[in-house]
Amino acid sequence: MKTVFIILCCWCTQANAHVIKVGNKQTIKTITAAVAAAKIGDTILVDRGIYKEKNLVIDKQLVLKGINHPVLDGEKKYEIISIKSDRVTIDGFLLQHTGVSSMIDFAAIKIYNKHYATIINNIINDAFFGIYSQQGINCLIQNNTLTANATEEQQSGNGIHCWKSDSMRIIGNTISGHRDGIYFEFVTNSVIWRNNSFKNLRYGLHFMFSNDDAYITNVFENNGAGVAVMFSHGVKMFNNYFKENWGDAAYGLLLKEINDSYIENNRFENNTMAIYAEGANRIHMQKNVFKSNGWALKIQASCMDITLQQNNFIGNTFDVGTNGSLVMNTFNNNYWDKYEGYDLNHDNNGDVPYRPVSMYSMIIEKNPPAMILFHSLITTLMDKSEKVIPSLTPENLKDEHPLMKSIPL
Amino acid sequence: MIIANNINKQFGKLKALNNVSVTCNRGECIGLIGPNGCGKTTLIKSILGMVVCNSGFITFNGKNILHQWQYRSAIGYMPQTGRYPESMTIGQVLEMMKDIRQKKDTHLDEELVNKFELKGLLDKRMRTLSGGTMQKVSAALAFLFNPDVLILDEPTAGLDPVSAEILKEKIIAEKAKGKLILITSHILSELDELVTQVIYMQDGQLIFHKSIDDLRADTGQEKLSKAIASVMLNNR
Amino acid sequence: MKKIIKYVFIDILRNKIVLAYTILLLLLSLSIFNLEDNSAKGLLSLLNIVLIIVPLVSILFASIYVYNSAEFLELLVSQPLKRNSIWLSIFIGLACSLTLAFFVGVGIPVLLYELSATGITMLLVGVLLTVIFVAIAMLATVNTRDKAKGIGVAVLLWLYFSILFDGLVLFLLFQFADYPLEKAMIGISALNPIDLSRILVLLKMDVSALMGYTGAVFKDFFGTTVGLVIAILVLLFWSIIPVWFSVRKFNRKDL
Repeated sequence: MKTVFIILCCWCTQANAHVIKVGNKQTIKTITAAVAAAKIGDTILVDRGIYKEKNLVIDKQLVLKGINHPVLDGEKKYEIISIKSDRVTIDGFLLQHTGVSSMIDFAAIKIYNKHYATIINNIINDAFFGIYSQQGINCLIQNNTLTANATEEQQSGNGIHCWKSDSMRIIGNTISGHRDGIYFEFVTNSVIWRNNSFKNLRYGLHFMFSNDDAYITNVFENNGAGVAVMFSHGVKMFNNYFKENWGDAAYGLLLKEINDSYIENNRFENNTMAIYAEGANRIHMQKNVFKSNGWALKIQASCMDITLQQNNFIGNTFDVGTNGSLVMNTFNNNYWDKYEGYDLNHDNNGDVPYRPVSMYSMIIEKNPPAMILFHSLITTLMDKSEKVIPSLTPENLKDEHPLMKSIPL
Repeated sequence: MIIANNINKQFGKLKALNNVSVTCNRGECIGLIGPNGCGKTTLIKSILGMVVCNSGFITFNGKNILHQWQYRSAIGYMPQTGRYPESMTIGQVLEMMKDIRQKKDTHLDEELVNKFELKGLLDKRMRTLSGGTMQKVSAALAFLFNPDVLILDEPTAGLDPVSAEILKEKIIAEKAKGKLILITSHILSELDELVTQVIYMQDGQLIFHKSIDDLRADTGQEKLSKAIASVMLNNR
Repeated sequence: MKKIIKYVFIDILRNKIVLAYTILLLLLSLSIFNLEDNSAKGLLSLLNIVLIIVPLVSILFASIYVYNSAEFLELLVSQPLKRNSIWLSIFIGLACSLTLAFFVGVGIPVLLYELSATGITMLLVGVLLTVIFVAIAMLATVNTRDKAKGIGVAVLLWLYFSILFDGLVLFLLFQFADYPLEKAMIGISALNPIDLSRILVLLKMDVSALMGYTGAVFKDFFGTTVGLVIAILVLLFWSIIPVWFSVRKFNRKDL
């Protein structure tokens, strides 16, 4: 609804604006010239072709629209488009080969402290930073496809990078091959929706000091280290799909110093560690599916008041790992496929509690080299005997009412 | 042909062979006699290399047998109680032994196989055999490869009289061919007609080794059993 | 020697236990591959079976077979045959037939469902484990005259390599928790063929990512050609040394 409204607004402002055409066969051959000639509110239509405009600065309210994705080439030297006015629209371009520098964050499109930028339907290839919002407010970044071939963290930038921004809408973008797919630092009241972030070098989504944001229905797949959400509060994570984030130090979702957040209806599949939580407080995890992960959850003793209910745990090597004996988190009404209890009164709740922390996972937490006994007979036997007589695993880390059947999610 | 020199063998505390020396020559038929547990079988097994002596040595045709194995192709051995892989049939055992032992130039002596009528039993599994039949198989195997030396441990034990007679005749026939034959037996009467020499052992020691004629002369007894009995009485 | 191997081999193949073992392995591997939707995961379940059942069956079957062949051995020893070759023939016959059983039971399903470097590594260590535990059984039986005692020893040895050794390792890890033990663990794993095999296969699998720093240290070592060659040599040693000792003992044994 909001989107439609904004588009309508744009339409209204454009109603009495001019259209300037740029192209090989047009009188104006370069976009720079068109921008210089344009008045506030004009639309610049760019024909197909390759444009080497060096750094194109948009310093007035304009709509730049590409027809059949005209190519803007940064020649590996320049920042391609700098938005230095409010209400600029960049639509339908193919931007490629930005400069790369360790001093300047070159981006394909960079927003400088402006409001209401609209960046839609662009293809961005081989950019250092893809779309960079520096103190942008109320911007829309939608349906862009960003592809890079980063090989080293030091020499690569992020796909969609937002810094000190507010009310951003990042929707339906596809990002791969960057350092971080989407990077948020000091970004508030924003929404990340229906993006697809995969094969990025570090994190699919990297989230720092960003409060009251929501990310919904995104797919984070096969990123070097998964998704990291750190030093933030009021984050809502709904309906996301975290999968194949597999490697020595990969997480489906890394939570560090997160408070008052909601993690619901997400799916975690084939991650080394589906959720790793450190210093996370007052988090609701509900109706998530944890399937075929190495660890489904690793909750460090520094976490408090995490509530886990109605989640499905299926086929994980370890369900829950923790490093302390004091547990101040609540597990209730989850489905655990390793649960071996019974349900005499048929209320679909198991009659004996389930202890999701296995003895072996406690041992490796205390003594990591014990990992060499992984998948050995003795650890299997220890886990079985620990189930019968718990001694090493935290006394109160248990699901009092585990479900007998998985929740259809 | 076979010379044992001061051999000693100990099983735990039991001294099975105590400084035993014997010399056995071609054409002799030697009866190895003594009470139960006197070391007869141990001596035989030492000669075969199945038991390794603690000290002393044994030569076969002038060669020390220690760690040797080829010399055994000149020996036919019939154990006290034949033990064979239970799941094999008589035919398979015979075939296997032929497979292992037969060389191109040895001709097989199947006389006993035929006389004991083993051909009709070739499909019988070893585990189903009676003690007597097992002995027949052992005897047949010992003679099968026409060896120069025959070592027979209690050959007639468990055989019916007819078969025992067949075996005895066979032994006499082989003796006539100039082979060395070593026999142990408790039934001294049946040795009368076979042996040319007697070795008497007791408690692992060799008491005497005499030709049977000397023995008869010394004791004045015609029968071997009587002669031995008188030796045993004198020894006390 | 070839002839004796032939007889041992035929005799074992006729044995119903080996047939049952083959079928058991075949059923287990086929059902695992059919039940798991992901054949790499199936391989992991199969690994557990290979590491437990293969050594157990190999050591038990080999020692029982040697005891039951006492008559056969006695017969052979009185014949013009080298003792070395008699004993080695029995070893080779046992090792070959059990390897064949393993190959049919596990090898064929693996080749059908999961023909990968991991699958092939698993087959290789399975074969080596079979040979190693036959070798250990040979050593145990030649040293124990009594059948019941000998089989007991075989079971204890299996228990030691499957569980007790790992228990000791765990104990040591906690005793010396203050020291960096990751590198030492590489050496310690060489002392138990089952552990070494398990680690070799695990490192080839995705789950090795769960092994963290320890896994990384192991990967650094076993991931190189030199490390892999050393590991295979160690496993070969594990099969040769017990046989060598048992041959020496058998040469001096009274029958």
